Amino acid sequence: MTTTATTTEITTVSEGAPSPTDGGTRIGWAVADTLTVTWRNLIAYTRIPEFLFFSTVQPIMFVLLFRYVFGGAIHAPGGGPYVDYLMAGIFVQSVAFGSISTAVGLAEDLQKGLLERFRALPMARVAVLAGRTTADLVRNVFVVGIITGVGYAVGFRIGAGVPAFVLSLVLVLLFAYAMSWGFAVIGLSAPNSETAQVMAFPVLFPLVFASPAFVPVNSMPGWLQAFAVHQPVGVIIIATRALENGGPTAGPVVQALVWCAGLLVVFVPFAIRQYRRRA
Amino acid sequence: MTHAIEAENLEKTFGGTVRALDGVSFAVEEGTVFGLLGPNGAGKTTAVRVLTTIVRPDAGAARVLGHDVVAEAGRVRSLIGLAGQYAAVDENLTGRENIFMVGRLNHLARDVATKRSGELLERFGLADAGDRTLKTYSGGMRRRLDLAAALVARPAVLFLDEPTTGLDLRSRNDLWEMIEGLVDGGTTVLLTTQYLEEADRLAHRVAVVDHGHVIAEGTPERLKADLGATVLAVGLSDPSTAARAAEILDKVGTKSPSIDGVSIELPVDDGPRSAMEALRLLDTQGVIPTTFVLREPSLDDVFLALTGKRTETDDEDADPSAADGSRGRKGARAGATTGGPR
Repeated sequence: MTTTATTTEITTVSEGAPSPTDGGTRIGWAVADTLTVTWRNLIAYTRIPEFLFFSTVQPIMFVLLFRYVFGGAIHAPGGGPYVDYLMAGIFVQSVAFGSISTAVGLAEDLQKGLLERFRALPMARVAVLAGRTTADLVRNVFVVGIITGVGYAVGFRIGAGVPAFVLSLVLVLLFAYAMSWGFAVIGLSAPNSETAQVMAFPVLFPLVFASPAFVPVNSMPGWLQAFAVHQPVGVIIIATRALENGGPTAGPVVQALVWCAGLLVVFVPFAIRQYRRRA
Repeated sequence: MTHAIEAENLEKTFGGTVRALDGVSFAVEEGTVFGLLGPNGAGKTTAVRVLTTIVRPDAGAARVLGHDVVAEAGRVRSLIGLAGQYAAVDENLTGRENIFMVGRLNHLARDVATKRSGELLERFGLADAGDRTLKTYSGGMRRRLDLAAALVARPAVLFLDEPTTGLDLRSRNDLWEMIEGLVDGGTTVLLTTQYLEEADRLAHRVAVVDHGHVIAEGTPERLKADLGATVLAVGLSDPSTAARAAEILDKVGTKSPSIDGVSIELPVDDGPRSAMEALRLLDTQGVIPTTFVLREPSLDDVFLALTGKRTETDDEDADPSAADGSRGRKGARAGATTGGPR
């Protein structure tokens, strides 16, 4: 059969590039492709230093705003310093707003036809999304590190030991990763990157502010309290705060992990489906 | 089997109403350049998107090197390269990084991808610009880089979707030379274009596409011969004189002249000889033209000849003839905007 002859020839000219369809290596390719896309997204971040700069300036401003402007008027429950109460909220709020960049990045790639080109390449489908969310995870590690430093500078102290604090940051990053997949759906549904940004905001705003991020919930009306402590951002903040300041951790952390897992289970397939439809 | 690309009755409808492909069939021999020629919205890009596995056809089948584009999409992707009108490159990366990335996503080993990036930058005249981000590239450079990236894994079949649309004349010529070089190397190329000139220069065979149909297919020479190699355009002082002139010149062209206000156009076989005859006839009848131009046929003329209608594109920006003004093609464009079907 001549078809086979043609195929063999092609493989020879492509310098022995292995075929991606060779059964067992598929997962290997998916990982390799994800790393390539991650690399590309991280390089792009370094080429827009303004982006990195301002994506860290905003959380820093929030730290300063609440520490020095609003903080004096807010009484942390339990009577500890407000800055210790505040930092868990700042961490979660920063990565939550930061996950908008997943939506914006994907919408931009879609708009520029880059995703279309990716579709004509023999790469793993999932790599485009996994590479984007992984790059945003790396960026969040950087952001969380900076916020920790700034927090320390304005008086934040760990109340429950370094291992628990590290665990709290891992939880924050896991949540950020899950949120990225949610915003991937928005990015792939938006007609362009500007719209992706404005679409993301109304989703985030109530989650971040109707929560125990900056103020104790007991001053809120009952129905709002119920929402604030059960919605994902609220639950993650409560768990993070418990890990950072001490107090009962098992219940809140399990709840937080369930939320993260739930978000991933829903949004990973949803994002992949949307990617198949749009790109 | 000598066909590198086969499309059989491809159909694709978008959003339930836009019928982009309405039964498109064609076949491309290995090692040749095949041109899909048509105006904006004719279905050329959709055909390329189906053949490159980006969208699935609603009906019909397509194969690339014998592999079905739906059932064996993964295999097809490893055999093809795609570059086009919307140069799909990452402007935050350097030229070298862009090619490297596409190489890695084609599963080339790291060192092979690095080596190929260097070679391709050199070959496409981008060696000096290779380590600059694409933000600093001109439109022509981006297209060249896009083409280079499409070639990184040495695809056997290359798809070029309007590779020179919107480029200036010099960048087009550069790109044409590079595409010609590829074909000498044995690559099969499917090219879509709005320019008869481009199809004429690069393609061995051309299919003219309109409203999702192939309305004509053949060698560029054949298409041009069917049409009359040259167009004679004559401007007159008023519409009644134009009508008279059209009558006088009826036998000069290969077809009856078309009248558009005060100007008439007719396809002719032998340009200079026909021009002399036309002038002689007009002179004997005492008709003095205000303008008198011989020009190469454009896509508009092909469409006029094939369908009796002008093309329905209104995308003036994409037409480089407006910028280069070569060989009176501006005249054809003006006709396209003001003239209706005769």
